Amino acid sequence: MQAFAALIDGLIYTRSRDLKIRLIADYLRVTPDPDRGWALAALAGTLNIATVKSAAIRAMAEERFDPMLFRMSRDYVGDTAETVALMWPDNSGSAAAPTVSEVIDLLNSTSRARAPAVLAELMDRLDANGRYALLKLATGGMRVGISARLAKTAFGQAFGVSVDDVEEVWHALRPPYAELFAWGEGRTERPDPADSAFFRPFMLAHPLEDGSVQLDDFVAEWKWDGIRIQIASTGGETRLFSRGGDEVTASFPEIAAAFNGIGVVDGELLVRGEVQGGEAASFNALQQRLGRKNVTVAMQAEYPVFVRLYDILFDGAEDLRSQPWTARRDRLELFTANLDSARFDLSAVIEARDFEHLAEIRAAAREAAIEGVMLKRRDSPYLAGRKVGLWYKWKREPLVADCVMMYAQRGSGKRSSFYSDYTFGCWTEEGTLLPVGKAYSGFSDEELKWLDRFVRNNTVARFGPVREVEKSLVLEVAFDAVHQSKRHKSGVAMRFPRISRLRRDKPAEEADTIAALRAMFD
Amino acid sequence: MWIDPSRPAERALVTHGHADHARSGHGAVWATPETLAIMALRYGTEMGTPVPYGEGFEHGGVKISFHPAGHVLGSAQILLEHAGERVVVTGDYKRRFDPTCTPFEPVACDVLITEATFGLPVFAHPPIEGEIAKLLSAREANVDGCIVVGAYALGKAQRVIAELRRAGYDAPIYIHGAMQKMCELYVAHNVPLGELIMATGLAKAELKGAIVIAPPSAMNDRWARRLPDPITAMASGWMRVRQRARQRNVELPLVISDHADWTELTDTLLELRPSETWITHGRTDALGRWCELHQLKARALDLVGREDEDEG
Repeated sequence: MQAFAALIDGLIYTRSRDLKIRLIADYLRVTPDPDRGWALAALAGTLNIATVKSAAIRAMAEERFDPMLFRMSRDYVGDTAETVALMWPDNSGSAAAPTVSEVIDLLNSTSRARAPAVLAELMDRLDANGRYALLKLATGGMRVGISARLAKTAFGQAFGVSVDDVEEVWHALRPPYAELFAWGEGRTERPDPADSAFFRPFMLAHPLEDGSVQLDDFVAEWKWDGIRIQIASTGGETRLFSRGGDEVTASFPEIAAAFNGIGVVDGELLVRGEVQGGEAASFNALQQRLGRKNVTVAMQAEYPVFVRLYDILFDGAEDLRSQPWTARRDRLELFTANLDSARFDLSAVIEARDFEHLAEIRAAAREAAIEGVMLKRRDSPYLAGRKVGLWYKWKREPLVADCVMMYAQRGSGKRSSFYSDYTFGCWTEEGTLLPVGKAYSGFSDEELKWLDRFVRNNTVARFGPVREVEKSLVLEVAFDAVHQSKRHKSGVAMRFPRISRLRRDKPAEEADTIAALRAMFD
Repeated sequence: MWIDPSRPAERALVTHGHADHARSGHGAVWATPETLAIMALRYGTEMGTPVPYGEGFEHGGVKISFHPAGHVLGSAQILLEHAGERVVVTGDYKRRFDPTCTPFEPVACDVLITEATFGLPVFAHPPIEGEIAKLLSAREANVDGCIVVGAYALGKAQRVIAELRRAGYDAPIYIHGAMQKMCELYVAHNVPLGELIMATGLAKAELKGAIVIAPPSAMNDRWARRLPDPITAMASGWMRVRQRARQRNVELPLVISDHADWTELTDTLLELRPSETWITHGRTDALGRWCELHQLKARALDLVGREDEDEG
């Protein structure tokens, strides 16, 4: 546990991405199984200990400490887990520190009711840094500025394998990833999970920033305003995955049940709207179905979902990803013909004479579910991530950018008890966030409640009335224009920014860059 | 007669040389000889009446004496005795070993006026040996660069240097120009610091593998640009809290404090058991709450302008 605690502290204080990768890689190389696997899971966000929630930490604290002294300390430190770790009396000299796997085993084999007592016993065997790492490990919120991608990159660097190869099998494996380490160390072949339904990384698009493309080389499709979804089925088992690779099968059971193909397909999940004559409705309608672990039959009837397919990765067991888009499209059309048309249809190709014609068609499109146009190279293979020159998204007015919430402040008047004013940022070239604007409108009352709760549960620091939040929530911000600004550190200023939607499905590291905002300058 | 007055006073008793306690421009000053030397260094030609540890004098029927506080060189607690009642003003103090100053001596009293800079239960200063070991291993891992340690120019800087020597580190230690005179003063008071070299004006190559001590204010300033790939360390009790270290862009936090931590503060109250405690400097609310829980009579004594985090 000490080595893991030292890693966590190292990551907290290290700003350079390369150094962070090196710290993780060094740890993964020298730490024995299964400790390193659990640590990798903790860093990548795939570790979930069901018996410990943050309430357990508070319960443990309230039992041990005077509530007033605890509150004063908590207010000063700004983080419950760290406060408890620091206040806890140090008894660590008397007992051997537990290993990471011992911690995981003990917590996984206890009950929610017993968990605080088990945690307390573990706390007594650790020093302050160990206690901090323990509480972060147990609650799953490491907050060390590491994305899943960075953790996998570090694994790749530790063992000299490519991160794409790691990514390819990652989602079929479970912590503590013994097979992955065996492969990394050259003891076995790469794990072959062909007989299970698992997530493959999505191919993503760059914004079309300057000029146009040749329609001889590129095909145009509508960009649908739903949520990206991947359906993977072995025949026996069908699973749905969201953009980040999270399984969302339980949220859309009717889709999984209706899917009768074998393979892996990529598409947009949309809701049919009555006002749209049974066509796709706006994102707002779809939001009623998001973030629910279980859905009622009534919800399914009121907000009927379907998937508009636009790519196929596997047809049966056949991997089509290296084939050009045109070939995959042919296979997709055949594949879709055998699916239930009430639940699955094809994303149509836009017929345009040339780029100017396409621009006219795009400008005339008024359907609520159309967000813009996608441009895909006709010969593009299906590659993980965002590759230059292959796929572009060409969004419709107004200008929008995906930003990350950084700070929040209470509103005034009716909203004085809500954190309703948000400062959000975009990424610099160096991978840090700089504020680019502030917005306090554009969301519904329901969303405001959710945002307020998010701010309270994810505060990392306080500066007077301002709360700094965990940089994890992506806000899609709409604005009329963006200008160069000398007054702002980011060098950009938005005109009339407002929150156009909450992108809870989008990982923060995929939010827009400041360079992307600059590209939108008038 | 004032103790550590923040504005010029006709008669001032000064506990120690830090700027928020020892101001310039008083009429008459009483302080330990070391504190007077520090004030003379900082403010020029100022004079005062030296009062060595354990000695005292009488003023207006009150017997006044100075006792070691263990905070920095010359730091003192002040005992006031009148009509059989004893009042102790701790000034800033700590109870840990410190090779650069005389250790704290508990002084029995009826009223204790205590500091509470680190008066929250989250503050537990770890043994200094571990923090010095962290510094030395970071240096070894970064021989192509250097480690720059932010440390208050009076007290903390000399303590870090002396502890490095105690740990067997005998290479030259590089210091920021603002510390030179204070280091010389310490050496003149029989606190050996080994070989010190001014970092100012040296080429980058000469500082490879070096430990450089600088005041916190210089660390994120242009001064630090001349250093070769520096790792930023900070020696302060505030470094106990991760967010505090991150806010200051510290990469190597060293929890080294010249103040009493929570346990030292509370243990001292239990040891002395004054019939009344006045709490000043820092978290008066939390230490007051602790006194309430332990049935000790206490109240907060609010002073203004008394928070200098660099000093932690």
